[in-house]
Amino acid sequence: MDRRTFLKTSVAAAAAGAVAMPHVARAQGGPIRIGLMAPLTGVVAAGGREMVDGFNMYWEEHGNEVAGRKVEVIVEDDAANPDTALQKARRLVEQANVSMLFGNLLANTGLAVANYVKGNGMPYFIPIIAADDLTQRNRIKNVIRVAGYTASQFPRPLADWALKQGYKKVATISQDYTFGHEQCGGFCQTFTEGGGKVLGQFWHPLNTSDFSPYLGQLANLGADVVFAMETGADATRLMQQYANFGLKGQIPLIGAMNMTDQSVIRTMGDEVDGVVVAAHFAEGSPAPVTQSFVAAYGKKFGKLPSLYGFSMYSGAMWVDEALKSIKGNAEDRDAFLASVMKTDLTGSPLGQTVKMDDYGNPIYDVHIRKVVKNKDGKYWNEPIANYPNVSQFWKYDPVTYMKQPPYSRDFQGIKKS
Amino acid sequence: MSGLNAFQLLNGLTFAALLFIVASGFTLIFGLLRIVNLAHGALYLLGGYAGYAAAHASGSFLVGVLAAMAAVAVVGLVLDQGLLRFVRGYELRQVLLTLGVAFLLNDLTLVAFGGDTYTVPAPEALRGAVRFWGLFYPKYRLFVLALGVAVFIALWLLINKTRLGALIRAGVDDPEIIAAMGVNIRRVFLLTFMLGAALAGLGGAVGGAFLTLYPSADAEILVFSLAVVIIGGRGSLVGAAVGALIVGMLNTVGQVMFPEFAYFVIFGPMAAILAFRPLGLFGRAV
Amino acid sequence: MSAPSSPVPAPLGSRVPLAGLAVALGALAFAVLPLLVPTYQVSILTEILIFAVLAMAVDVLAGFTGRTPLCHGAIFGVATYVVVYWSQQGGAPVTGVLLAVAAATLVAAIFGLLAIRTSGVYFLLLTLALGMIVWGVCLRWTSVTGGENGLRGTVRPELLAGHLPFYYAVFAVVGIITCVMWRFVRSPFGLTLRGIRDSESRMRALGYNVSLHLFLAFTISGFFAGLAGALYAMFNDFVSPSTVALSQSVEGLLMAITGGIGTLFGAFIGAAAIIGLENFVSQYTERWQSVLGLMFILIMIFAPQGVIGRVRDLLTRRR
Repeated sequence: MDRRTFLKTSVAAAAAGAVAMPHVARAQGGPIRIGLMAPLTGVVAAGGREMVDGFNMYWEEHGNEVAGRKVEVIVEDDAANPDTALQKARRLVEQANVSMLFGNLLANTGLAVANYVKGNGMPYFIPIIAADDLTQRNRIKNVIRVAGYTASQFPRPLADWALKQGYKKVATISQDYTFGHEQCGGFCQTFTEGGGKVLGQFWHPLNTSDFSPYLGQLANLGADVVFAMETGADATRLMQQYANFGLKGQIPLIGAMNMTDQSVIRTMGDEVDGVVVAAHFAEGSPAPVTQSFVAAYGKKFGKLPSLYGFSMYSGAMWVDEALKSIKGNAEDRDAFLASVMKTDLTGSPLGQTVKMDDYGNPIYDVHIRKVVKNKDGKYWNEPIANYPNVSQFWKYDPVTYMKQPPYSRDFQGIKKS
Repeated sequence: MSGLNAFQLLNGLTFAALLFIVASGFTLIFGLLRIVNLAHGALYLLGGYAGYAAAHASGSFLVGVLAAMAAVAVVGLVLDQGLLRFVRGYELRQVLLTLGVAFLLNDLTLVAFGGDTYTVPAPEALRGAVRFWGLFYPKYRLFVLALGVAVFIALWLLINKTRLGALIRAGVDDPEIIAAMGVNIRRVFLLTFMLGAALAGLGGAVGGAFLTLYPSADAEILVFSLAVVIIGGRGSLVGAAVGALIVGMLNTVGQVMFPEFAYFVIFGPMAAILAFRPLGLFGRAV
Repeated sequence: MSAPSSPVPAPLGSRVPLAGLAVALGALAFAVLPLLVPTYQVSILTEILIFAVLAMAVDVLAGFTGRTPLCHGAIFGVATYVVVYWSQQGGAPVTGVLLAVAAATLVAAIFGLLAIRTSGVYFLLLTLALGMIVWGVCLRWTSVTGGENGLRGTVRPELLAGHLPFYYAVFAVVGIITCVMWRFVRSPFGLTLRGIRDSESRMRALGYNVSLHLFLAFTISGFFAGLAGALYAMFNDFVSPSTVALSQSVEGLLMAITGGIGTLFGAFIGAAAIIGLENFVSQYTERWQSVLGLMFILIMIFAPQGVIGRVRDLLTRRR
């Protein structure tokens, strides 16, 4: 590999690019360039692939254009590594001249990119990144969670539902990082404020191959219900080992929506049956828009859509609608961001109208959903109860709520009774 | 935290059994060929995927396991004859070359299998749990424990009671003498390499049924195997068994009693052992 | 057993005109290029300079002392963590950098104490394990390190906020570091290290305190890795466990090897080749990891002495 030739050629190429596409000439008329980042390699590569699929599927269905302007999606692999994500964000913004950034899957990659766009005002849309504070205490104006959710948003209605089932004592098991702390925190706070008790909380490192040490302790606590927050391979292993150790059937398992997402359960068997979680989307929902999306997605990719697929699809739709109402002028960042905040998402696979709250996070009708077999014999999530208008602040006043510390391993909002 | 009990003890033991299966292959190769095969984890993962594919296609767990061992042994053959032969005699070049192979294999398995999490289907007879001594314990994990013991006995017999074993033992101690005695030591080396690889494949298929297969599983099992072999000592079967027990138990103890320092609990003792007994508990100087 | 390369014959400086010219041209290229390229490439060049320092730190051990380490990413990352943590707590950047380098040096000293008893692959494995401990602590000690999500801050002083000013600041610092390291490896101390690399027993017989020399070499190498880590903190304003992960140590080592173990300046070629290639390749394919793996394999088989070593071999042959 000859470094010098390479540098020269890439320099020349970049220079040519800069000449061919000067900043002024690109306003209006030219294509709208969207920088999409997703982990296409590394431990969450399957989710990353579906992010890209869902996003591209939307634009293909809509002729790859908005308000008469062509849409160009430039995909970059963030390798599930924040350092790489940051580097790719730089390239997209500084070299590829995109009008907006989209994507990332893991919170650490999203936080790294958010820290970068904080300085330069680049619109950054995060349908998957759920870190609470990005739309709460450390809100960045140009970072908006289109068609996404905050981590603690959905566990709250689930806690309320659990109390209504008569569960009084819960034990939680979760991956030991912010996404887990926040989901467990949301659950525990609502659960204890409603009179429930938290008997114990277990935090394990990401990619725990062997859950048996935790399950051993979990079994002996005497809980009525177990709340689990797991993603990816950890989710598969937890549910499998939960069943193998005979806990399934003894103590009901409920959890965070990631745990029973299609990306997890599509390779699994009976051990997922009956697990209950709360989410804005349920692929088993009878709503016609949901079912037609599920059918179209299945036809194209041969599988049921996951959180990653439908969120990116819906996120693309949201931005498309917002751009239409400002005639595709993505270069006027202030107008663009304001339009995204004002847009109500209708007709998305979610099967409901979704509004944005004042902090850049959507308000959803949340499904309590249960894993059951569909008519093709595949496991999917069907809604069994509904909580309308759930915002990231649940029933709290936003200003008061944000005065409490962010959830962490040490602060779970547990109310002592 | 409810602390340790018989249940956690069994967890540690069953995990140790799997670690032994994987690490015994590693230590054989390290001991005889002086190769620290950093692609061992990738071979494990490859074996897991091969086992998954074969078990899924044939509907038989046993076929899956055999296919995994065969497939990985062949990859071992290619690795040894196709790549490592160019760097024979250079320890560090070998290590770094296998690191490159690990990257490559890991990426290729990602291409072939996508990033979804797979589980090798366990046979019907081994699903569910059994009750004994007031414990409720998964049958499959007991099977892994038994398999680990069986592999230990088989390897012990192979090494101590067969001609090949005698050659391997002699080769660990002094390869020049063996060559001087007119034995085709290269063939012994190659067989050992394939056997070591096959053990990684066996570990992958068996481990893939309860630890699941996913894109970074190779690095995790590799790091555990390294710890086992470093603690146990190069080329020592007993060392690998003792190392696996120590690491398996430390892993359980660490997670139960010191969740914040789980890694420290494994790697702290390992670093200490390596610093004060650089050849491990059962390693011998050459 | 020494470094993966064949023993390096004469130090680079012995062919002063040619080597000196190459170094001057290289320095000139790094001085002028940023003025000619768009801002993104400037950030790539900055990264190359920072990682070249890491690779040089690795080279001090791998090339000049005959001990190949796999923990320098961790030492590097410790400094990155300290700088970002310090800025998050509201501390001044200068103090942060000083503390960070001190912390990295301390970690290196502790690692050195443990590691110098071993050599060859055992040294490699032990340093790998030590690096894993750092990674594990950064991942799990959430209250301080932010766990998986890492830490964010605004580390860079206002003055250096732009791409170009920051680049030239890094350029100046790296220039100074490089001169110091060059002097170091050619000092009597450095020559003793090379003696140890070639034959420990001989040096011991000559009355040198080999353990002390190894310990100091390890610590000094860690000091330089820490400097690189502190610069990296300013570059990214951000740190997470992937900065201290094994892959970082592997990349640092690969850069040193690609350039040429025991050549010091090869680190720049190695860093430019790896980072440049990564950026180039990832525009066309997601299979960067495969490319990296293949590169590792091919270099080990065909050019274990690295680019500079290879060029030098060719030149020697021609004469």
